[in-house]
Amino acid sequence: MMTWHSAHEFFAMGGYGAYVWSAYAVTAALLGIEAWLARRRRRRALERRP
Amino acid sequence: MKLFTFAAPSRFYRLSGRLLPWLWIAAAVLAYAGLYIGFFVAPTDAQQGEAYRIIFIHVPAAWMSMVIYLAMAGWAAVGWVLNARMASMLARALAPSGLVFTLIALWTGAAWGKPAWGTWWVWDARLTSELILLFLYLGYLALTEAIDDPRRADRAGALVAIVGAINVPVIYFSVRWWNTLHQGASVSLTGAPTMASAMLLAMLLMTFAFWAYAFAVVFMRARAIVLERERDAAWVQGLTTMGHAA
Amino acid sequence: MRALFVALFMRDLRLTLRRPGEALLPIGFFIVAVALFPLGIGPEPQTLRTIAPGLMWVCALLATMLSVSQLYAADHADGTLDQLMLGGQSALVVAAARSAAHWVLTGLPLVIAAPLFGAMFGLAPASIAMLALTLLLGTPILSLLGSVGAALTLGLRSAGVLVILIVLPLTVPALIFGTGAVAAVEGGQSAAAHCSLLGALLIFSVLTAPLASAAALRLAVE
Repeated sequence: MMTWHSAHEFFAMGGYGAYVWSAYAVTAALLGIEAWLARRRRRRALERRP
Repeated sequence: MKLFTFAAPSRFYRLSGRLLPWLWIAAAVLAYAGLYIGFFVAPTDAQQGEAYRIIFIHVPAAWMSMVIYLAMAGWAAVGWVLNARMASMLARALAPSGLVFTLIALWTGAAWGKPAWGTWWVWDARLTSELILLFLYLGYLALTEAIDDPRRADRAGALVAIVGAINVPVIYFSVRWWNTLHQGASVSLTGAPTMASAMLLAMLLMTFAFWAYAFAVVFMRARAIVLERERDAAWVQGLTTMGHAA
Repeated sequence: MRALFVALFMRDLRLTLRRPGEALLPIGFFIVAVALFPLGIGPEPQTLRTIAPGLMWVCALLATMLSVSQLYAADHADGTLDQLMLGGQSALVVAAARSAAHWVLTGLPLVIAAPLFGAMFGLAPASIAMLALTLLLGTPILSLLGSVGAALTLGLRSAGVLVILIVLPLTVPALIFGTGAVAAVEGGQSAAAHCSLLGALLIFSVLTAPLASAAALRLAVE
């Protein structure tokens, strides 16, 4: 089951580490920014009540 | 008529607020499960090595980008035809999420394409159609943001979204046609490895995780839109600064 | 209804032809844009012959988009549009007439100009004929789709760019079938399938685009 024999192997991803991890990182960043922006929008809308 | 009671913005606001924590939890749990299986259970692919593991975000993101577009067009149509404000607000809330998933699908597609096929971009039918979907989202967002009057913006957006939704099959068909004309043995990112069941399971779990996440973010955004548009309503005035009912 | 269509159509032609400079802008853009490519890519004949169909189609597309965004603007600005529509006239007829006039003034000149450039790019006579045919079928589609975009963006700032962003993705099928037909003829094969599909797109656009334009016009005017 376990393909990885060490943490180093896991991060190296068979040599493709840069591609795999950058893809996941960009995804996480985009989703995180999106959530943060949505939250900020709601807060701003609350503050602007007349 | 239980469905229509949630058509009132105030009810939507309260209901979605209660659902949000559960949606985040669901997204987190599903993502954890999906990624665990994807990275620790699914085997290495014979041809693509470990690079294929990008598929666990690429394919779910692509699916979400398409599902959200249909949902957006659907809710926009409902909002126009039934004159239902909440439906239109939901459509507007869906668009940015759809755009983000399209961007993720395109980016991860490139990240996968380079190690798998040697180039950052492949003009295959799927990726090219995804690119056109990006333009459709941009068009919808640009148009709705450019119109100040919410009613006209919602309805113009609905028209664009519906026209887009009708055209998507035509566009996809024509792009596939174009692709087979110009590339003999077409290199396609749908040539995923013959999927071990663990790979499929991980992809499925990640899709549900994205779905839960999308619900959460879309609800958050829709709540913001509700507050923006209904700011003169009594119930909005009665909210505390945390956004809860007084 | 037919009388109104003819009246509006003739009026549009007359109004535009009174300002010949403006009327010639789209074709002028087309000529300049097409001529830029050999300068940018190099005069190698084989390359030019390969890119010619796609190039002409894209430039025709852009020329149409640039001119179509102002389709309803003049009438909207001086209140004529409001009068036409609130006076009980059919928005559908307005949209149809404007699209038709736009095609005659922009699309038709493109259909005539393209073969000249086709020769300059070294296309074979059969290819040039097919290019003209596909543009003849395709430019009305562009005018029709463009009118939907123009109606949607009526009165907005940066309407020109918005129209391009909204409408261009929708024109991709026409672009693919149009250029595919010419490529087929270049390769000695039959372009029948491409032309049939293009024709089907045309019919579909004629039946649906004016309706969408009319709906968008009503949104803009109310």
